[in-house]
Parts: sequence; structure tokens; C-alpha cells
Amino acid sequence: MTIDTANLLAIFAMAVATYITRIAGVVLLRYVTLTPRIRSALDALPVAVLTAVITPVMFLTGPAETLAGLITALAAFRLPLLGVLAVGAASIVCLRLLIG
Amino acid sequence: MTREPARGRLAREYLAGLLTAAPVGVAAMPIGLVFGALAVDKGLSPLEVALMSFFVFAGASQFVAVDMWTSPAPWLLLGVTAFTVNLRHVMMGASIGRHFQHFGPIERYAYLYFMTDEVWAFSEKRALEQPLYPAYFAGIATLLSVSWTGWSTAGAILGTSLHKPERFGFDFIFTALFIGLVVSFWRGPRTGIVIGSSVLTAIVAHETLDGPWYILIGGIAGTIAGALFMASEEPRGQ
Repeated sequence: MTIDTANLLAIFAMAVATYITRIAGVVLLRYVTLTPRIRSALDALPVAVLTAVITPVMFLTGPAETLAGLITALAAFRLPLLGVLAVGAASIVCLRLLIG
Repeated sequence: MTREPARGRLAREYLAGLLTAAPVGVAAMPIGLVFGALAVDKGLSPLEVALMSFFVFAGASQFVAVDMWTSPAPWLLLGVTAFTVNLRHVMMGASIGRHFQHFGPIERYAYLYFMTDEVWAFSEKRALEQPLYPAYFAGIATLLSVSWTGWSTAGAILGTSLHKPERFGFDFIFTALFIGLVVSFWRGPRTGIVIGSSVLTAIVAHETLDGPWYILIGGIAGTIAGALFMASEEPRGQ
């Protein structure tokens, strides 16, 4: 097992940068008054961010990914999380075989 | 550890967190294995992979970083990239910070170190139903930190024997996980409007801008849509 100095420095830089993003929101919150509108904005935030993260894979990759994503979403209304993951993996494998 | 009067409650909260996060621990297996294998391909050692997964602890940015890894590692570029990929944490922190009443003023900064998308999403969901306790947060964080570090290190050791993860749909597990999380926040048509706004703006941003800006832009657009729609719909009594 080896550790390269440049690699270690890069990992350290990434760790510090990531930690700053993690605490920045809570620090900001100390200087912001939570009006009802800001409150409802923050309520919508989880869905908005999680959706944005997966948008390129789901809508800009191919028909197999888009269709598998929709099937997975339907499954998510019925199944627990583990079942959702299984449906996601199974549907992407099948759909890639069928439609590429 | 100091003895707390409510030790039984602490243990229950911690266990509840572990159990809630268990499916994500399973999802971390394929994602972690793939990540570790990719990282080794780029010249990282298994020990470096373990250090990165534990100390950076942010899957999406780690994939992006490994993708652009060269030797010697461009540390400044990698740091700045991790920062931009993870800028969504700022919004997430502002949101979850509202539910930190039971977290000490200094203590909360230690817990925030573990705020990944999943830890945060589960905590937000918990806060909708009951008070969020540090022990619950710690349960989720423990499971994810151990499984992510463990599986990605395993992937680094197994290395190239894991090629072609798409054969098993492994590359889609991350997306499926996020789809499951989004649906768990479904509260009717209003949620659909938030999702639609986020998707459309993220698509436009992804096609017009280089880099991970689509995450931030889609997230902000969806958040604004949620605020506007909710304000016009009903004055909420809380």
C-alpha cells in the first residue's frame, strides 16, 4: 500500500472543500430570518436538489435510462427502498438488452 | 461517555437510524465497488481510496474527481471541483439546520461532516414526522460511512476484475436510490411542479454549461417553484 504526496494533498483539498460546503448552510442560517416564504422554499429543496442530480442520467442518456427511471419511480410509490433498487437494476438491464 | 438519563431513548434513536439507512448500505456495495475499481485504474492505491471515501465522503464528487485524476494529482483543480459539485450542500445545510434544536451549538458542526445526500434526505424526512435527534443522525451516518468506505476499498482491492458494471445494472443503482428518495418526499401535485421545474432547468443548464452547475441551477429553480406555488396555494398554518 502506497501513499503518494500529491494524491494525499488532493484528497485533503477535496475533504476541506466538501466540509466547507456542508457547514456553510448552517452558518448562513444564523444571519437569515425565516419568513414563511423562505420556509416553504426550504421545504421544497430536498426534492429539487435530488431531482437535479439525477436529471442527466435519467433524461439525457437514452430511452432505456428514461424508461427504467420511470418504472423505478412507479415502483417507489409501492415498494420499500431495497425493492426500488432491485427494480431499478433489473429494469435497466432488461431495457438495455431490448432497446439499447 | 457521560451517562445520560435517557440512555434507552438514545439507543432506540441510534438503532432506528441504522435500520433506516440499511438499504443504502446495500446500495453502497455496487456503487462503492465500481468507484474503487475506477480509482485504482487512475493510479490511486486502495489505502488512498479508503482515505478519500472516509474523509471526503461524497460519492458524486468522488466519481467526478476520479474521472479527471492524473498523475501528479492536480490538487487545486480537484479541490475546486469538489467544491462546485458539492455546492448543493449549502442549500441542504440551510434546510436541515432548522431541525437542529436538539444538537449542541458546537456538536452540530461535527455531525455536519457526515451530511451526505442520503443522511440529509433521511434526516429531513424524520424531521417531518418527529423531532430529529443527534443519535438518529449518528445511526444513519455510521452505517453510510462504514459501508461507503468499506465497499469502495473492497472495489479498489478487487480492481479491474469488476469491469463492465453495467452488465448488472450497477451503474444505475445510484439513480434508482435517488428516485426512491425523491418519491419518499411526494406530497401530491405540488411536488410534481417542483420536480418538473428542477428537471427542465437542469436539462437546459446541463446542455449549455460545462461542469456540475446543473445541480445547483436545477435545485434553485425547483426550490423557487415550490415557494411560489405554495405561497399562492394556501397560507400554511404551522
